[in-house]
Amino acid sequence: MIYDPSWTAVIVFVLFVLGTVGLSFYLGSRAKSSEGYFAAHGQIPWAVNGVAFAGDYLSAASFLGICGMIAFYGYDGFLYSIGFLAGWIVALFVIAEPMKQLGRFTFADALDAKFNSRGIKASAGISTLVVSVFYLIPQMVGAGSLIRPLLGYPHWVGVVLVGIVVITIVVTAGMVSTTWVQFLKGSLLVIFSFVLVVMLFQRGFSTNNTSFETIGPIAAVQLEQDTIDGRKVIAAADGWQDLPYVRMERSDGVGYDVFRMETIEGSGDVLLREAQAVTGSGDDKLINGAPNGLEEGQRALRPVGYLSRLPDSATQQTDGERETGPVGPISFFTILSESEVMLWGNETVRHDDGTSTVVHYQKPTDGERVLRPGEHPKFAGIRSGKLTDRLNFLSLMMALFCGTASLPHILIRYYTVKDGAAARKSTIVGIATIGFFYILTLYLGLGAMTSGSLDLTDSNMAAPLLANSIRAWLFAVISAIAFTTVLGTVSGLILASSGAVAHDLLDGVFGVKLSGPKQVRVAKIAAVIVGGIAIVLGILFKELNVGYLVGWAFSVAASANLPALVMLLFWKGTTKQGIVASVLVGMISSLGWILLSADTYKSVYGIDPESAIAPFSQPGIVTIPLAFLTLIVVSLMTKPSSEIAR
Amino acid sequence: MNTAPSSPARQFNAKLGMILFVIYLLLYVGFVLINAFKADWMERVVLAGLNLAIVYGFALIVVALMLAGIYGVLCRTDPVGTEDHAAGEESGT
Repeated sequence: MIYDPSWTAVIVFVLFVLGTVGLSFYLGSRAKSSEGYFAAHGQIPWAVNGVAFAGDYLSAASFLGICGMIAFYGYDGFLYSIGFLAGWIVALFVIAEPMKQLGRFTFADALDAKFNSRGIKASAGISTLVVSVFYLIPQMVGAGSLIRPLLGYPHWVGVVLVGIVVITIVVTAGMVSTTWVQFLKGSLLVIFSFVLVVMLFQRGFSTNNTSFETIGPIAAVQLEQDTIDGRKVIAAADGWQDLPYVRMERSDGVGYDVFRMETIEGSGDVLLREAQAVTGSGDDKLINGAPNGLEEGQRALRPVGYLSRLPDSATQQTDGERETGPVGPISFFTILSESEVMLWGNETVRHDDGTSTVVHYQKPTDGERVLRPGEHPKFAGIRSGKLTDRLNFLSLMMALFCGTASLPHILIRYYTVKDGAAARKSTIVGIATIGFFYILTLYLGLGAMTSGSLDLTDSNMAAPLLANSIRAWLFAVISAIAFTTVLGTVSGLILASSGAVAHDLLDGVFGVKLSGPKQVRVAKIAAVIVGGIAIVLGILFKELNVGYLVGWAFSVAASANLPALVMLLFWKGTTKQGIVASVLVGMISSLGWILLSADTYKSVYGIDPESAIAPFSQPGIVTIPLAFLTLIVVSLMTKPSSEIAR
Repeated sequence: MNTAPSSPARQFNAKLGMILFVIYLLLYVGFVLINAFKADWMERVVLAGLNLAIVYGFALIVVALMLAGIYGVLCRTDPVGTEDHAAGEESGT
C-alpha cells in the first residue's frame, strides 16, 4: 500500500520527542552517579513506576504486533495478550519484593546477592545482553513500519531515527529520563487506545461488497474460453498453470486483473473473486503486473478488511450495504460472530526465471471462526491432532507466562522505587494498566479486521490504519504514540544492556573498578554501541511480524533467567555453580532450538522448513525444565562439604 | 528458602503470594490445556452470546486484576526502618 504522509502525526511526534529529549537534558544533572543513572536513586513514586512498567512493557509487539495478528487471523493474537498479562502474576506474587530486596542496579545483582561470584555476574550479564538484543529487534522493526505512513520515508529511516532519539534519551539521563518517557508513553497509549475503541463502538459495523470485483457464478467450462465476462483471458503459463487463478487483460492496458477460482459445492459452477498480485520486492516490485505507484501507468495494492455479511436482525439497509449503528462491548462480539468476514490468504507463484509472485486472495470466513483459537498458521496445529503442534502451543504459552518476570529491562525497574512495598504496589498499578490495555487489543484487532483499511503487506500497521479509517487526526495521534511506544521500550532495553556491560561484565567480571561517574560514562558508551547494533538488526529483520519475534525473546528470557531466580528464592540447596550452569544451559539451549526451528528456517534462512532439526518451533517446554534440572543437578554435585557433613 | 523472608510481614506476604499464584496458575493451565487438547470447546457459547474463548480469556485478565488487588490489600508492611532500602515512611496498603 502507498500512504500519504501525515504532517499532523509528524508534528505530534516531534513535539513528544522534543519534550522527552528536553526532559532528559533537564534530568541529566540528577544522573551523574551510578545510583542515579541505573536506578534513579530509588526515588521514583510507586504510582509513576507502575505506569512506567506499562510503558516499558507495552512494546511495539503489544500494540502493533498483537493488533496486526488479530486483524489478519482473529482471536489467536489475543492468546499473546493473555500470556503477556499472566506473566505479571509471576512477577507480582513471586519476584517483586525479593527482587527489590536482593538487587541494586541489574538483574545480575539479584542473582549474585548471596554468592559474590564472577561466574554469576558473567552469565547473567551475557544473558541480559542476549535477551535485550532479541527484544530490541521487533521494536526497531516496528519503528521502521511506522515511518512510511508518517513521513513516506523507507523502513530504515524509521529505525535510524528511533535509534538516535533513544540513544540520546538514555545517554543524557539514564533511568530517570527513561522512566518519565515510559510513564508518558504508557499513559498516552492506554488513554488513546481507549478513545479509539469507544469511537469504534460508535461507528459499529457495516458491509462492503463493492471494493473488489466478483464474477459469477459461471459454468466451469467457461474458464476454458478466451474471454470471460467480455474480458480477454491471459493464457496460464510461467508458473500460473495448475493454480486456481485467472488473469484478465484490462481495458487501460496497465497490468492485469487476477481472480481466484472458487468452486461452488453441489454444482458445476465457479465464482471468480478478485485477488491482488505482488511480483518481486522493494522499489521495483510489480502490483498486478504494473509498476508500483500512484502515477499513470502504475498500480498500488488496495486496502482490505471487510465484512461481506451482517446478520439481518442487528442491521439496517443503507445504499445497498448493511450497517449496525453503534455497538456495545458485548454486542460487538455477538454481531461479529453471526457475520461473514473477508479474510485474505496468500499463495506464491514460482516463475521460470526464478522470480515469484505472491497472490493475495479473499477468503470468506464465518465470524465465529475469527473468535476462536486456531486460525493463524502458527496456532492451527491445535486443531491438527499432531502432538508436536500441541507441544509447540503449550511451549509458547509457558514461555509467555514465565518470560515476563525474567525480562531484564522489566526487573531493573524494581530498583527505581524505595522499598519492597513500593515495588509491590507499582506492580499492581502496572497489572491494572497493562490488563486494561490488553482487553482493548481484542477490540482494536477485530475492529481493524473489519475497517477496510488493512495493508496486506504489513500486519504491523493494523492499529494505526484502524485509527485512519475513523478520523485522520486520530491516525496522526495513534501513529505518533506508536512511535513513542517504541521509544519507551527501547530506552529500557538499552539501559538494561548498558548496565550489564558497565556494571556486571566490566566491573563484576573483569574487575575494572570504576568510580560512579566513570562507570556511568562507560555505560553511556555501551548504550551507543547497543543502540547501533539494534539499528542494524532492525533493518535486517524488517519482514517479520513484531509480535512473533517477541515470543522468541520471552522463550530465551524464561529459559535463561527464571529458573535461576526462582530456585535462588525457594531452594536452600542452590549453589553458585548451579546458577551459572542453569543460566548458560537455558540461554544456549533456547537460542540453539530457535535457530534450528522450522520458523527460523523459513523466515530467516529462507530454506525448506521441513528440513528443520528442532521438532517444533517454541523451545520453552523443553528448555525451561532443562534449566531447572541443570540447576538442581549441578547444585547437588557442588554442595559445600560442610552442608554434606550436616 | 535460600534468601528467606526475614520478618513476619515478609513471610506472610510470601505465603499469601504463593497461594494466590497457585490459584491463578490453575486457571491459566486450564485455559491452555483446553486450547491445546479440546480446542472445539472454545467455540461453545457459554455466557451472554459469547463463546468460551472470549469469556475465559477476559476472565484471566480480570481475575489477574482482582488477585493483584486482594494481594495489595492483604499484604503486611514492615515497621518503618526495617526495609533493606527504606528511605521514608511506608503508608502500607
